[in-house]
Amino acid sequence: MSADIRKIAVWVEEVFTEMGQPVTPPTRKAVAVAVIRNPFAGRYQADLSELIEIGAELGGILGDKCVAALGITPDQAQSYGKAAMVGEAGELEHAAAILHPKLGAPLRVSVGKGAALVPSSKKMGGPGQVLDVPLGHKDAAYVRSHFDGIEVRLNDAPRAGEIMVAVAVTDSGRPLARVGGLTHDQADGKDGLR
Amino acid sequence: MPDVHIRKIATVVEEIFHEGGPRAEKPLRRAAIIAVIANPFAGRYVADIQPFMDDLKPLGLMMAKRLLAVLGGDPAVVEGYGKGIIIGAAGEVEHGALWHSPGGYAMREVLGDTRAIVPSAKKVGGVGARLDVPVTHVNASYVRSHFDSMEVGMNDAPRADEMAVVLVMTTGPRVHARSGGLAAGDIKGEDGLR
Repeated sequence: MSADIRKIAVWVEEVFTEMGQPVTPPTRKAVAVAVIRNPFAGRYQADLSELIEIGAELGGILGDKCVAALGITPDQAQSYGKAAMVGEAGELEHAAAILHPKLGAPLRVSVGKGAALVPSSKKMGGPGQVLDVPLGHKDAAYVRSHFDGIEVRLNDAPRAGEIMVAVAVTDSGRPLARVGGLTHDQADGKDGLR
Repeated sequence: MPDVHIRKIATVVEEIFHEGGPRAEKPLRRAAIIAVIANPFAGRYVADIQPFMDDLKPLGLMMAKRLLAVLGGDPAVVEGYGKGIIIGAAGEVEHGALWHSPGGYAMREVLGDTRAIVPSAKKVGGVGARLDVPVTHVNASYVRSHFDSMEVGMNDAPRADEMAVVLVMTTGPRVHARSGGLAAGDIKGEDGLR
């Protein structure tokens, strides 16, 4: 069963300066969001496997969209994250079904590797509401410079019977990161943590 | 661009497959580019602000080219456009009027001498402010199927001493346009209106 996608939006941002200091090279973040029909809106469904398969499909579609929008090769991706917002006729568990069982594997193909857990957030919401997608280093979760997030919102989604599913990818950490900790260059990237 | 200081640039592309009706053969795409720049007049009244319009021209051209590139680079696919500006709280709405000429003519140049006036919106706002950018047909303002808008904004801009300048391009009519009026196929395209 593939997702009934009403729309997809892709956002890319580049930061060139912060507090009067140049950011060299500019930091770049992308977030791709799909608005899909919630097949279980308005009723209790015990078996959520249809949403689990939709998650697998969207992980690849949205991961590829981010990498393409950044104009990078998959191995140049440095951090990632995922999030979902369920319209009011659904339930929070629908977001969990999309995000957790199967979305990660195809996303990791999109970004080349991905030893680290994909940080995530989920919520219920309505049209115009903000979804904050957490970001963490894709191969070593403790890389401190890459803890970040990106906001996504669409004025017309999610409607009551819809779910917004977002994937974010960057090729960089925070602008002017300077609070120490493990760095991108120091990370081993084997155990997903350091 | 000696007098334009860019802090960040964001692009967003929406692909709209349907809105509850029949799936579009060719999805509608709406794209925006937002540049967050320093407001050289923030915090004080400056009588003569017009020279900044010339400074904004190269920015407008760069933005129009990037926006077109996001849509694939072919000017022929662009059927609607609009522009807008959010002025940070230490500026005044009049500063936003400086964007009319450089923003509009940049798009008309990049798209190959389009006929219609570029519709616009402007306001003073803080970080996170949203702007509904109006959209109309590029060659005939009265084409009813192409009246649309795109909401833009970002969580960290415009700061008080900044402004966020915006261009929008779309690739077709509203996804389920069926409200009559002048059709895109019936325009003369001479006066920019019909």
